[in-house]
Amino acid sequence: MTRSLKSALFSAILVWAVAYPILGLKLTIVGINLVVQSGSTATLLTIALCSVLMFLRVLFNQQLTAAWKASPSLPQVPAGASDFLTRPKTQRWIVLALVMVACIWPFYGSRGAVDLATLVLIYVMLGLGLNIVVGIAGLLDLGYVGFYAVGAYTYALLAHYYGFGFWICLPLAGLAAATFGFLLGFPVLRLRGDYLAIVTLGFGEIIRLFLRNLTDITGGPNGISSIPRPTLFGLSFDKNPPEGTQSFFEYFGMHYNPDGKIIFLYLIALLLGLVALFVINRLLRMPIGRAWEALREDEIACRALGLNPTIIKLSAFTLGACFAGFAGTVFAAKQGLVTPESFTFLESAMILAIVVLGGMGSQLGVILAAIVMTLLPELTRDFSDYRMLIFGALMVLMMIWRPQGFLPMQRPALKLERTELRK
Amino acid sequence: MTQNILEVSGLSMRFGGLLAVNGVGLSVKEKQVVALIGPNGAGKTTVFNCLTGFYKPTGGTILLDGQPIQGMPGHQIARKGVVRTFQNVRLFKDMTAVENLLIAQHRHLNTNFLSGLFKTPAFRRSEREAMEYAEYWLEKVNLTEFANRPAGTLAYGQQRRLEIARCMMTRPRILMLDEPAAGLNPRETDDLKALIATLREEHNATVLLIEHDMKLVMSISDHIVVINQGTPLADGTPEQVRDNPEVIKAYLGEA
Repeated sequence: MTRSLKSALFSAILVWAVAYPILGLKLTIVGINLVVQSGSTATLLTIALCSVLMFLRVLFNQQLTAAWKASPSLPQVPAGASDFLTRPKTQRWIVLALVMVACIWPFYGSRGAVDLATLVLIYVMLGLGLNIVVGIAGLLDLGYVGFYAVGAYTYALLAHYYGFGFWICLPLAGLAAATFGFLLGFPVLRLRGDYLAIVTLGFGEIIRLFLRNLTDITGGPNGISSIPRPTLFGLSFDKNPPEGTQSFFEYFGMHYNPDGKIIFLYLIALLLGLVALFVINRLLRMPIGRAWEALREDEIACRALGLNPTIIKLSAFTLGACFAGFAGTVFAAKQGLVTPESFTFLESAMILAIVVLGGMGSQLGVILAAIVMTLLPELTRDFSDYRMLIFGALMVLMMIWRPQGFLPMQRPALKLERTELRK
Repeated sequence: MTQNILEVSGLSMRFGGLLAVNGVGLSVKEKQVVALIGPNGAGKTTVFNCLTGFYKPTGGTILLDGQPIQGMPGHQIARKGVVRTFQNVRLFKDMTAVENLLIAQHRHLNTNFLSGLFKTPAFRRSEREAMEYAEYWLEKVNLTEFANRPAGTLAYGQQRRLEIARCMMTRPRILMLDEPAAGLNPRETDDLKALIATLREEHNATVLLIEHDMKLVMSISDHIVVINQGTPLADGTPEQVRDNPEVIKAYLGEA
């Protein structure tokens, strides 16, 4: 009893120690001085209440746990339903339904919502790409945003200096990002786990700092602005298209619709997202996809069977980076502006969180997680101060509730033809 | 007289000041079962690691079909047909049994990116053949009913058999088994013995194995090489080795 009393007291003090400096103290400017003021009585009372609750919670920990166990458990996701949801066949139908909805709704949605959906799709692409590297091949990459930046800047620079359009830049950006992935792949071939994470983290930061300090070419911290929007076979979606070109609306004799370009970009992002989904889905069922997984499981056994780990790792890095390049191009086209600050480590962490939250290696899981992770900050805009808090709470809850992610990966059951014949 | 598949002479491996393997030589002929025995810590697994390219031997030559292979990276040696199992089973635990077998056929498969992307007939055929071969071997090692179970959930003896099947998928020139009977019960050991016999008779497999189970070694080996503290002690037929006083001394100590 004394022990639980001690730890209860400690917890209560801890509540004060954590909450009081953050919530109970306020910095205000009086004249030219910064003055520390105590928070309102209501805030202090809330903190006091919390600490009392914490005290009781820790003091009666055992009784509470027992009571919790005795009470009827929360409705859990039944095993059958969870299994059903993660089966490849079901996933295919869900994806198909999602695609149908995704194609139609922007024509009825608001401008802001379509713009946000484009961002979601960019994250879906990034999540799917990183899923190859982290989820399938098991190489922890904390600098994935570097490839995203390479893609975005390739488009921005080519458009700025050479006037290249979106459609030429898209494959070029993918290629450029893939090249960087390949180049990063070489030095990190010998590394695994934590060491690999540190090196890739450094790589991501190097790219950002490089872009930031190469002021003559990249415009430094100001970035590159007025990146052109994509066109449909040369038809622009602007109100006043450049000299000698027609706008989409003139060509088809429609009224100018300011939402046109946003919907068009959304559809491009959707198309690219679907291509990424299809390609990666196929890759997983190809020998190279199996080899990635085998490498994650046991590199030594791979070598003993004659698989070349160098090629397998490099291909995972290169392909993963390539999808980040595509996503970067769409991002540059959507924003019309790229600055190095769009590609900070936080962005890498966000993409990694999408992969982990969705369930390593699971594609539908990654898509769902990308939606949740992008919409959550938007929906919680009113409590934007507590955004990170909600974010953290969500992560902790996920780790308790479903440590394997929303929809964990399921192995495709391969049919044995012969056995079936015999039965 | 059949030709030597594997010819090792003067193999030595030094780790800093420690000479783990010193002047070991052995030769393996087609369809032979050769055993490498010796007390614990004698350097048997080190010899295996040198042969399969996991270590770069510091001296000696290893000839596979007359070609030197010493110092090559492990995956290249494996591609030349020297394939091994491990003392502690190394399966891809989260992948199913049949997937484990498919991975081993990697280099026999159509790995063309585009043909895989669009499922061309050539790609389908290559995948189907791989599948059929995997089925064939699953049946051989009696694991057909576990085909879609994750390999890590199989019983230990089944994992051992799956690992051998996985090696056979690569169509090896020589199969190297590192203590295949370790941790098996007497019945499973008998099954293993039967399996090795089948491999040799029906699939023309050549086997080099490390084993502590003397009953197994004496009954299936054509030739035995004994090493002690990294140096070769004796070699010959099972009878010769069994009666060699040096060997008895190394195993049982001074009388």
